Amino acid sequence: MGFLDLDRLEKSFNETRVVRDFSLSVEKGEFVSFLGPSGCGKTTTLRMIAGFETPTSGAIRIGGQDVVNVKPNRRNIGMVFQSYALFPNLTVAQNVAFGLKVSGAPRDRIAARVDEMLAMIGLPDLGGRYPFQLSGGQQQRVALARALAPAPQVLLLDEPLSALDAQIRVSLRSEIRAIQQKLGITTIYVTHDQEEALSMSDRIVVMHKGIADQVGTPSEIYNSPATRFVASFIGTLNQVDAVVEDPANGTVEVGGQRLVLGRALGRARGARVALAVRPQALRIGAPGPGEVGLSARVVETQFLGAVQRIVVDLGGAPLSLDAFNRAGAHLPQTGSQVTLSAAAEDVLVLVD
Amino acid sequence: MMRVWAWGALLFGCMYFALPLIGMTEFSLSMRRGEYSFDAYRVVLADPRFQATFAYSVVMALVTIAFGVLLVVPTAYWVRLKLPKARPWVEFITLLPLVIPAIVVVFGYIRLYNTSSVLPLTGSVMGTNLLLMFGYATLALPYMYRSVDTGLRTIDVATLTEAAQSLGAGWVTILGRVILPNVLASVLSGAFLTFAIVIGEFTMAALLDRPAFGPYMQILGANRAYEPAALAVIAFGITWACMGLIGLVNRFSRHTQAKR
Ligand SMILES: Nc1ncnc2c1ncn2[C@@H]1O[C@H](COP(=O)(O)OP(=O)(O)OP(=O)(O)O)[C@@H](O)[C@H]1O
Ligand SMILES: [Mg+2]
Repeated sequence: MGFLDLDRLEKSFNETRVVRDFSLSVEKGEFVSFLGPSGCGKTTTLRMIAGFETPTSGAIRIGGQDVVNVKPNRRNIGMVFQSYALFPNLTVAQNVAFGLKVSGAPRDRIAARVDEMLAMIGLPDLGGRYPFQLSGGQQQRVALARALAPAPQVLLLDEPLSALDAQIRVSLRSEIRAIQQKLGITTIYVTHDQEEALSMSDRIVVMHKGIADQVGTPSEIYNSPATRFVASFIGTLNQVDAVVEDPANGTVEVGGQRLVLGRALGRARGARVALAVRPQALRIGAPGPGEVGLSARVVETQFLGAVQRIVVDLGGAPLSLDAFNRAGAHLPQTGSQVTLSAAAEDVLVLVD
Repeated sequence: MMRVWAWGALLFGCMYFALPLIGMTEFSLSMRRGEYSFDAYRVVLADPRFQATFAYSVVMALVTIAFGVLLVVPTAYWVRLKLPKARPWVEFITLLPLVIPAIVVVFGYIRLYNTSSVLPLTGSVMGTNLLLMFGYATLALPYMYRSVDTGLRTIDVATLTEAAQSLGAGWVTILGRVILPNVLASVLSGAFLTFAIVIGEFTMAALLDRPAFGPYMQILGANRAYEPAALAVIAFGITWACMGLIGLVNRFSRHTQAKR
């Protein structure tokens, strides 16, 4: 049992099941991201934790205490919204002080805490400004300070960076993570940006149509996606159709060529499957031990700075592969025939 | 050619509004034969009945405003937050006072709350004042509701509410510290309109027999020549002052500057 436990949460709006059988255990101080496409139920799950939605069934426990029937203003949870949601009639300092004032903290303690929070977000001199006098990035920092000021048990952030432009998004990303680690606060972070989730999180929950498809560390999610959806949602992935020839030793037919993956596939002979492989798992050259090889025609080469991307044609399907741009490395000629190799375990056989 | 017609129409419009005003003002200044003077105003302002009725109406207006704000702000907020589907209906209901004549409303009140009813409000002075205040609030409801609702539209009510809730605030704190301050400019414009309506209202005050400013204007109008004109100009001035204040408040509300 973790610090924050979601136990078989369900949420339906009328007849639509928006969140299904969602279970998750978050350790104290852990940073967990909910990642998934629009409409998959990330916000709904977050709002159930915050208390703004009531689960249709299931339990939510914080520190072992069931909070399903606790009102949002009694849950001691900090929330950061995509639209900042600062109180427009209050100054930055008053915004940050809001939660402490509501809880009836003494005035000098509030003032000290506000100063501490403003220093933490790097805006010590802007306490007297109104929200409309701040940039979007500054507003979101203030919103973070406001949420953290009353020292909540759990911090929830719903796509806090998606209204900001790219540069600030990247810098705020590491700032939020640094603050989270410094305070050791248990955090749930909702995003549909995989780079954000992969770079910030201790663990990621990939959501798809209300279901947690996979829960794991960023490298687990990236390197061994559990479902076809996770595989296609995270990172660039080559997918080619294949036909199972011998399920026992993993022989498949791809674009007229035969691959032996060396593991049982659990599919019938003649079944159509999708093979998936990351661009950086492919290399040009003859297969070594534990590798499989295929021959393909080079269609295009792209110079991307640190890496070179080579697009090849395999029986009509495009495949891309990335190679580090080392001095002396030479790109194959467009139109030439090359042999591609990949470790057999990096070739994923995806189920639908 | 179009120009000429446009200017002609504008001129006609101005004359339509301005001529009676000018005539009335001119007349109110001509109490002394052969020269302009403020005699009529002096007489009116010195009249103890003027002072009494005017004070009465001002107090009634302030009480009506307080009641209206307490009634309308939470209602409009709640409808926006929790019953967005009911908004057209609530809007329709708040517009009814524009359609139902004041005299119908007040006869309804008298029937319902007369001395032989369960709640004999008309039996006492305070009760009747209360009834009159409810009547005024009804008359002002369309204006109050509209302006508050318009004010609420400019803020993200749902998200601000959730932000405040997650910081531990209850409903009273949310309404008092977050919602009301953010719609204050709208509330004030509703308040000034209410003030203007209450100061000039005649039907309800007369039928409930309360010493308000409206009936006083009527009595004076029936018995005097110059003073009613002076009174009308004063009442007109008050209304315009209210309008001006609405504009001022809108200009000087600090935190809404970003939106223009
Ligand atoms: N109050 C509601 N009433 C009815 N349906 C709702 C309600 N709130 C959300 N939904 C539906 O639930 C589904 C999930 O919504 P949710 O907001 O949780 O998605 P999300 O993963 O946060 O998406 P996004 O990335 O676009 O924010 C959507 O199909 C949405 O239409
Ligand atoms: Mg969302």
